[in-house]
This record gives sequence, C-alpha cells and structure tokens, in this order.
Amino acid sequence: MIKWVKKTWKIAARPSVHYSLGFLTLGGFIAGVIFWGGFNTALEATNSEAFCTGCHEMEDNVFQELKTTIHYTNRSGVRATCPDCHVPHEWTNKIARKMQASKEVWGTIFGTINTREKFLEKRLELAQHEWSRLKANNSLECRNCHDLDYMDFTVQSARAEQAHSTFLASGEKTCIDCHKGIAHHLPDMEGVEGWSASAQQN
Amino acid sequence: MNISAVRKILLRSLLLLPVVAVTALWAANPDELATLRKSDIAVDTEPQRMPEVENKDVKRTRNYPMQPPTIPHKIDNYTVNLNANKCLSCHDRTLTEQSQAPMVSVTHFMNRDGNFLAQVSPRRYFCNQCHVTQVDAKPLVDNDFQDVDSLLTKPE
Ligand code: HEC
Ligand code: HEC
Ligand code: HEC
Ligand code: HEC
Repeated sequence: MIKWVKKTWKIAARPSVHYSLGFLTLGGFIAGVIFWGGFNTALEATNSEAFCTGCHEMEDNVFQELKTTIHYTNRSGVRATCPDCHVPHEWTNKIARKMQASKEVWGTIFGTINTREKFLEKRLELAQHEWSRLKANNSLECRNCHDLDYMDFTVQSARAEQAHSTFLASGEKTCIDCHKGIAHHLPDMEGVEGWSASAQQN
Repeated sequence: MNISAVRKILLRSLLLLPVVAVTALWAANPDELATLRKSDIAVDTEPQRMPEVENKDVKRTRNYPMQPPTIPHKIDNYTVNLNANKCLSCHDRTLTEQSQAPMVSVTHFMNRDGNFLAQVSPRRYFCNQCHVTQVDAKPLVDNDFQDVDSLLTKPE
C-alpha cells in the first residue's frame, strides 16, 4: 500500500513531458471553474423556497403563515422567499448556515417537529435561534433588501420615522429588535424583551 | 302521541300562519328591505375599492368622555392573541418611554371587582374589542348622534 502511494506520488510529482505548461494551467483553470460551478449550483439548489417547503414541517407551519404577510403579497409585487431571510447571501455565512442546516436533516429523521403540536412546543426555541442570529449579524438579511441609507423617512409613517431616525439610525437597535413576527406567527412572548405579558396562563 | 296532542300542535302552527304570510309579503317587495347591497341578489356587483386605514397618528375627538379612543394608525399584521400582544409593545407601562405612545389607561389594570392588578387585566387584553381603526369612507347608514355639548348649548 505504502509502496503504491509512493509510486503514484512520484508520477504526480514528475514534471510533465507530454503536456505544455500552458495547457496544464488552462486545464486546471477549466477544471476549477467546473468544480466551483458545480459546488455553487448544488448550493443554489438548496437555496430555493421549493426546496424548503419540500419538508412538510416547513410547508405546513411557517410557509402557510408567511402567505398572509406583506412579504408574500403586497402592492409592489416584490416578495421575500425563505432563503432571502434565512440564508445569508455572503459566501462564508452561507456555508456556516448550511452546516447548521444539517441539524434540520437530523430533526426530520428523528421527527423533532413532525406534528403541529410538537412544532408549537418547540417554536419558541427555534424562533430564539433566529432572533439571536439576526441580532448577531445586525439583521443582515433584512438589510439585503431594506437599506437604511436609502430609506426616505419623510414618506414613512410618523411612528416609523420616529423609531427609525432614533434607535435604528444610532445603531442602538436593529431591525429584528422591533420587527419580530413579521413573517410567521409568534410563540408565547412572555418575557421576551420589548413584549409585555401574554395571556397564556402558565 | 295521542290525537289531542297532534290537534294541539296543528292548532298552534295555525296561529303562526299570519306571521308567515306577512313575512312572505314583505320579502316580495325589495324596496322595503333594509339592504346595503342595493341591487338584485342575482346580479354580480362590482365591489367597491377598499378604503385605506387612516394612518396620521393624530388623536381624534371623543364623542363622550368614556368612549374608547379610536386608533389613529394602521395595525396591519399586529398580533393580538394568547401568545403575544403587539399593541402593548408600545402602549405597555414599561415600554412607553421608548415608543412615546400613550400608556393604556389605568382602568385597564382593574379587575371586575375594581382592584388594581400589576399588569393589564385579562378582560382588557384584547384591544380590538373596544378600539378600532378608522377609514375615510362614507357612512353606510345615517347617524343623528348629537354631542352632549351641543345639546347643552342648544337654545330652548
Ligand atoms: C429535510 C426537511 C427540511 C428542509 C428541506 C428544510 N427544513 Fe427547516 N427545519 C426542519 C426541521 C425538522 C427543523 C427543526 C430542527 C430542530 O428540531 O432543531 C427545521 C428548523 C428550521 C429553522 C429553525 C432553525 C433553528 O436554528 O432552530 C429554520 C429557520 C428553518 N428550518 C428554515 C428553513 C429554510 C429557510 C429552508 C430552505 C433553505 C429549510 N428550513 C429547509 C426541516 C427542514
Ligand atoms: C427579499 C427582500 C426582503 C427581505 C429579505 C426582507 N424584506 Fe421586508 N419587505 C420587502 C418588501 C418587498 C416589502 C413590501 C414593500 C411594499 O410594497 O410596501 C417589505 C415590507 C416590510 C415591512 C413593512 C410592513 C408594512 O406593513 O408596511 C417591514 C416592517 C419589513 N419589511 C421588515 C423586514 C424585516 C425585519 C426583515 C428581516 C427579517 C425583512 N423585512 C426582510 C422585502 C424584503
Ligand atoms: C426602534 C424600533 C425599530 C427598529 C430598530 C426598526 N424599526 Fe422599522 N418600524 C418601527 C415602527 C414603530 C414602525 C411603524 C409601525 C409598524 O409598522 O409597526 C416601523 C415601520 C417599518 C416599515 C414600514 C414603513 C412605514 O412607513 O410604515 C418598514 C419597511 C420597516 N419598519 C423596516 C425596518 C427595517 C428594515 C429595519 C432595520 C434596518 C427596521 N425597520 C428597524 C420600528 C423599528
Ligand atoms: C421576511 C423574512 C422572512 C421570510 C420571507 C421567512 N422567514 Fe422564517 N423567520 C423570520 C424571522 C424574523 C423569524 C424569527 C421568529 C419571528 O420573529 O417570527 C423566522 C422564524 C422561522 C422559523 C422558526 C420557527 C418560528 O416560527 O419562529 C422557521 C422554521 C422559519 N422561519 C422557516 C421559514 C420558511 C420555511 C420560510 C419560507 C416559506 C420562511 N421562514 C420565510 C423571517 C422570515
């Protein structure tokens, strides 16, 4: 075995006799492009709403709720899909999120949220993961579409202008601090910062 | 069931006959009906445009002192259910400093026995039972409500 490895390495290390340097460089470049492209294509395939809603856990709960919100249908017809809000566009972040996503495959196999009841029970925990992720990246996904620099406060409603020109502009708060539950129904918010007591009797 | 019981039922339903007849006559005359549709039931009408909710954040006059104030802004997608109350995210006692919104009235902390609770009383939790948004639309029915002030200053 070791012998074989040594032999192969020798062949690989030997300068090429048959192919020109130019050919090898070009070949390497093309192969790189193909691999990189394939990798990105695979990444893109998992980056669509159809992929997300392929699992009934996502389709039956969060997707149905999204449909009633402004991010699904609105006067301008521009909408946000699951990956717009949940998978960071920046490449390194993208991989980081995908690694975390293997947890979801695990969850599917073991049915962590495979019924509505289990989902509701676990919702607070799942939501908290999303809130802390968005808090940590300063609501990166929201800002991919909503850029503070291009917000015209003068055409916003009075309350929006008041909140955005103070707490948002100063960086004291980020989008998710004030805009929880814009895409899905909320879990029991008792004890969550910025929310008062809920009507749940514990 | 004996014969006399059957006769009783028959007699009683006969008593109802005039009511049924009058109702039928009345229904036959569409002009007499209180309707908001204003057209025949068989005709598909063009629905009116939905008026927009007023979103000016300007307080409106109350028609009488105990009137629950109307909401001066839109509340689209604001959750108010067992789990969460978005209204209180601004109007709660502890959250008004940031929002600069008016605090819910102290009556909202009172339970039905008149005792003050530490938090909004469950019977006042569902805001939209009393507070509603307003749209700029023509009233569907006439209203001859008179403000008490106008009554007081009315010449004899
Ligand atoms: C294989 C089925 C499946 C697919 C496909 C899937 N999900 Fe999930 N998802 C799950 C399950 C199961 C969980 C719960 C995992 C757990 O119990 O922690 C979950 C949890 C989540 C959470 C909460 C994450 C957290 O940190 O707690 C988010 C957000 C989410 N999914 C979004 C997405 C998006 C966006 C897509 C598409 C890119 C997607 N999911 C595709 C099954 C799936
Ligand atoms: C794919 C782009 C996209 C992403 C990502 C996105 N939004 Fe939006 N958002 C929109 C569009 C489009 C509208 C509707 C604009 C319109 O027609 O008024 C909107 C509307 C809104 C509104 C206005 C609601 C109303 O009733 O007027 C809020 C608040 C909002 N988004 C917050 C967020 C937050 C918070 C995030 C991050 C979690 C986010 N958005 C992510 C595109 C996006
Ligand atoms: C300090 C709290 C706060 C923060 C932080 C904040 N918002 Fe808002 N936002 C509000 C309030 C309050 C409104 C108006 C009432 C409502 O729609 O809930 C509003 C309204 C909006 C609207 C609708 C505009 C309109 O005219 O009504 C959009 C879009 C929006 N926010 C997006 C964002 C985005 C994107 C971020 C992050 C870049 C953000 N907001 C951060 C409080 C905040
Ligand atoms: C406009 C941005 C936006 C879009 C679009 C969106 N989400 Fe979310 N999602 C959020 C936010 C923000 C949270 C954190 C909880 C909250 O505030 O409701 C969340 C939470 C979740 C959770 C955790 C459970 C929960 O309800 O809190 C899951 C699972 C999830 N999203 C899946 C999806 C899937 C699947 C789609 C596409 C059908 C989708 N999301 C579309 C913003 C979005």
